Amino acid sequence: MRRRAKAVKGGGGGSRTRPVPLVAIAHARSGDKGDTANVGLIALKPEYYPILVKHVTAARVARHFKGMISGPVERFELPNLHALNFLLHGALDGGGTISLKTDAQGKVFSTALLRLELDLPK
Amino acid sequence: MKPQPAPTVRIAAGQGFWGDWLEAPYRQVTGGPIDYLMMDYLAEVTMSILQKQKSRDPSLGYAKDFIPSMERILPIVAQRGIKITANAGGVNPRACAQAVAETARRLQLGGKVRIGVVTGDDLLGRLDGLLARGHELKNLDTGRPLSEVRDRVVSANAYLGAWPVVEALRGGANIVVTGRVTDTGLTLAPMIHTFGWRPDAWDLLAAGTVAGHTIECGAQCSGGNCLVDWEGIPDLANVGYPIVEASADGTFEITKHPGTGGRISVAGVKEQLVYEMGNPAEYITPDGIADFTTIQLEQRGKDRVRVSGVRGRPATDKLKVSIGYFYGYKAVGTLVYAWPDAYRKAQAADRILRQRLADLGLKFEAVLTEFVGVDATHGPLARAGAPLDQLPEVQLRIGVRSPDKAAVDRFTREIAPLILNGPPSVTGFAGGRPKPEEIVAYWPALIDKRMVEPCVEVVDV
Repeated sequence: MRRRAKAVKGGGGGSRTRPVPLVAIAHARSGDKGDTANVGLIALKPEYYPILVKHVTAARVARHFKGMISGPVERFELPNLHALNFLLHGALDGGGTISLKTDAQGKVFSTALLRLELDLPK
Repeated sequence: MKPQPAPTVRIAAGQGFWGDWLEAPYRQVTGGPIDYLMMDYLAEVTMSILQKQKSRDPSLGYAKDFIPSMERILPIVAQRGIKITANAGGVNPRACAQAVAETARRLQLGGKVRIGVVTGDDLLGRLDGLLARGHELKNLDTGRPLSEVRDRVVSANAYLGAWPVVEALRGGANIVVTGRVTDTGLTLAPMIHTFGWRPDAWDLLAAGTVAGHTIECGAQCSGGNCLVDWEGIPDLANVGYPIVEASADGTFEITKHPGTGGRISVAGVKEQLVYEMGNPAEYITPDGIADFTTIQLEQRGKDRVRVSGVRGRPATDKLKVSIGYFYGYKAVGTLVYAWPDAYRKAQAADRILRQRLADLGLKFEAVLTEFVGVDATHGPLARAGAPLDQLPEVQLRIGVRSPDKAAVDRFTREIAPLILNGPPSVTGFAGGRPKPEEIVAYWPALIDKRMVEPCVEVVDV
């Protein structure tokens, strides 16, 4: 349901874009530095990298994680690795030993990001 | 004639953190030829745990697991001429070295083992002097001065780099035991020592730092915790830990012993390179700054990835300091609810528990509820589209944090009553009442390099 609704919104008529789950074109690993989680997002094929650069912006990722992080999102580009690095500030309930979260070290923010769905041109 | 430097040096990762696979070091020294075994034991919170152990017993304060590991491999290491770099010394490297020496003597390896000890990272006893002289040790994340929590500090260690380890190797040590030396420095040091790299050879030092980052988490770059084709990665039961084969020009190859499981692939190495990454153009270490946007990767054969092109920049005049300070208490309790209505029962139990905590007038800095099986890992992203009415089971996981130990302690006594006086179909409490845990929090800071004097000793066994 969500998928179709988004495609309609993005395509203006539902026909010009198609929903593509990020997990189909990228892999990822995440870790922590204090209360910040990092997610390294890597294109599964070099030709997917420009898609990531264009569509997986810091603002898009911040929207995706709305309610899960309290700080801003930073993005860095690693064209040599066909990868983007995101810093999600205020993601870990204080981080490290302070955090009460199951994922106190941000280990699975990686696959949480891969739930993102992109609207790509057909 | 000047002796020619070796064409390559092989550095094997034997331990990615304290608690890593006990078999790994043995397999690395027996599975094929290597020159060095690198063992990383220290995480940010480890130092404060070790400091606590040392305060109870002055002969402790190092990674105790290191000693049985040495007992097992020392005869092989001595016979094959393998050298070891390990930050297992924690907050008591001399005691750790002493224990290694006793082990070596017991194994009749006297005369065959020279132990290097690197200290000088421990700033705990010098904190007041440093603060008095205007070194504020401001929290890198919050900007607050350390004086605010000074009376609660339990550990303070500067991150030393590769050079003190190099000095120990130059002094003839074949086992170097350190305190808080960077993870990457343990791999970089053997390269500097083998190839005679200069302190201002920034590109080479950056390359060695990248090599260190690649293998510092052990099997996490050789197939472990690898998302790409995770089900196709062969034989993780026998996973081979990574080995760096470095050349004097700073290029290196990542590989593993033949016949081992796991996989060394470009995609898997990429996953490790971005792990715990900040600004990739500025990977700052005491030895220099590595630019991860210059790294070039190439698959050079099965389980072999070549790394080249790494560029670096001069080191800063600061060292990072890892400070641990007492923060308060926390506890986490869990209960498991079964179908039907597993999720709704867990939610009801959470509401009841929170009401009871409020009625008792208990004050917490934070109360966090997670429903394991629903939202513990991916939060609201996972709830959308999940069959929440039909889940076979849900674990209620609720945690509290407070400066008040009594409040946390009382919370731990409010979990079990829910079994008989709350929602039905509940189980999974065999572990008993949760225990209040002391929180030692992490305070990252910077200090002028000239304020820290690494100390290197080399002793014969």
